[in-house]
Amino acid sequence: MQIVVDLNRCQGYAQCVFLAPRVFELHGEEALRYAPAPPDDQAERVRRAAAACPVQAILVGDRAGAESGKGAAADDR
Amino acid sequence: MTGELTQGRIVIVGASLAGLRAAETLRAEGFGGELTLVGDEPHPPYDRPPLSKQVLLGRVAAADAGLPARRPVDAHWKLGVRASGVDPVTKEVLLADGGRLPYDRLLIATGTRARPWPNPEEARLDGVLTVRTMEDAAGLAERLDAGPRRVLVIGAGFTGSEIASACRERGLAVTVAERGPAPLVGALGGTLGAFAARLQRAHGVHLRCGVTVTSLLGSGGRLTGAEFSDGTRIEADVAVVALGAVRNTEWLADSGLAAGPRGLACDAGCRAFTMYGIVTDDVFVAGDVARFPHPLFEYQMLSLEHWGNAVEQAEVAAHNMVSPGPRRRPHLAVPAFWSSQFGLNIKSVGVPTFSDQVTIAQGSVEEGRLVVVYGYRGRVTAAVSVNRAKWLEHYRRLIETAAPFPPAPGAADRPEAPRVVPSDVPDPKVLSHGPTVALTGHLPDRRLAVVRPAG
Repeated sequence: MQIVVDLNRCQGYAQCVFLAPRVFELHGEEALRYAPAPPDDQAERVRRAAAACPVQAILVGDRAGAESGKGAAADDR
Repeated sequence: MTGELTQGRIVIVGASLAGLRAAETLRAEGFGGELTLVGDEPHPPYDRPPLSKQVLLGRVAAADAGLPARRPVDAHWKLGVRASGVDPVTKEVLLADGGRLPYDRLLIATGTRARPWPNPEEARLDGVLTVRTMEDAAGLAERLDAGPRRVLVIGAGFTGSEIASACRERGLAVTVAERGPAPLVGALGGTLGAFAARLQRAHGVHLRCGVTVTSLLGSGGRLTGAEFSDGTRIEADVAVVALGAVRNTEWLADSGLAAGPRGLACDAGCRAFTMYGIVTDDVFVAGDVARFPHPLFEYQMLSLEHWGNAVEQAEVAAHNMVSPGPRRRPHLAVPAFWSSQFGLNIKSVGVPTFSDQVTIAQGSVEEGRLVVVYGYRGRVTAAVSVNRAKWLEHYRRLIETAAPFPPAPGAADRPEAPRVVPSDVPDPKVLSHGPTVALTGHLPDRRLAVVRPAG
């Protein structure tokens, strides 16, 4: 599972922080931080957070380009 | 007509955010032909904003910063292959590995890269880094894990400031060097620049403005410190070069397209111009590499290094690539971006550098919560909020309707006596960091072009 939050759209309502606190957190009053690749056991919570977002800023999906046959190889330097 | 446009071969050069969203939009709008994405990085598309934030704090592995797909794109991916040119006559993209990719329509979304430290020998010192790619961020996070005694950040634009913020959050000593008068001043002007300077110092950043780093010092191939233009020196184990971005247009030098250091020029429908200023109908542009006219800003050509612009422009470009003339759309989105640093959420709508005056319309510098509104010749052109994101939509409407500046009072938290002051956007030449919005047209009163009459 991969997520991205459109932070232009995000207004800091923090519904996601309540629903999936291990994935989303506020830094200060309204700067959202999140884990872009949440663990599988968080998938249901993340989906609920995405559905509950008042400004619909959370996109959930499979990792783009997975079919390219190339993994993200930052660790394979 | 539409039938033809939804068939054929489309090549997208640039496999990052703009390239990906364009590919998805092409398929969503019925493109059933052959689609190829070319990317010089070996990775599938990934998201860069976390690289200067969560990744540097060690909370997220750089390799996890992927992007979710909106839909399958059924494309050929050529990753780890650099495009080296375009032959507009035979309609082929030339690849660095000698390959040629024929196209019926081409989308150029090659973005930008980090501006390197100008002295190549010093740039090779162990401990000197830039942050643009996944590997860059992973490398810097590793260096920060090792607990350097001091980190030097050269350039106090958004990237440099976010890196400094991450260092301080980790409790590391950090010096920020900026040739301009304040951090963020190139993008946000004097009022918020002064605010950012106080913010950084309050968080323990050793901020040095009005100086340049004249040399990076090393011993045995390792960075040991830096010397400043005023003759002073500091010791540092890590130096992050955050001097802004360079547009990836060199590969287009022989293409006959209007490509240069400011980007690849296109019309409001994302169609590229040739070097003669003639619009093409088979080459499109989107994302950081594009330079396009915006009606809200007097048709000034804009180059935006914004996440949101990459998405929106890619959607418009892709739509226009598969739509006949009358159904094509202009790219009119109001520019917007965000940054989080030192616990604050900074968000912008409009073009703050397209301004002559500013006023604090809500909140105050002292509170650390405020909205700064920018005006140009008496109309609202931008607004920037600090921990006041919910208000920006209101100001976006003012920008879209060219509402008069200063804006009418109304907000409960407006200052008692709002002051209008010059916006103090400096000439980009005096900055270490590049502005993330470049006004690349010619406004004579901004002295971006100097006309010297003969005699």
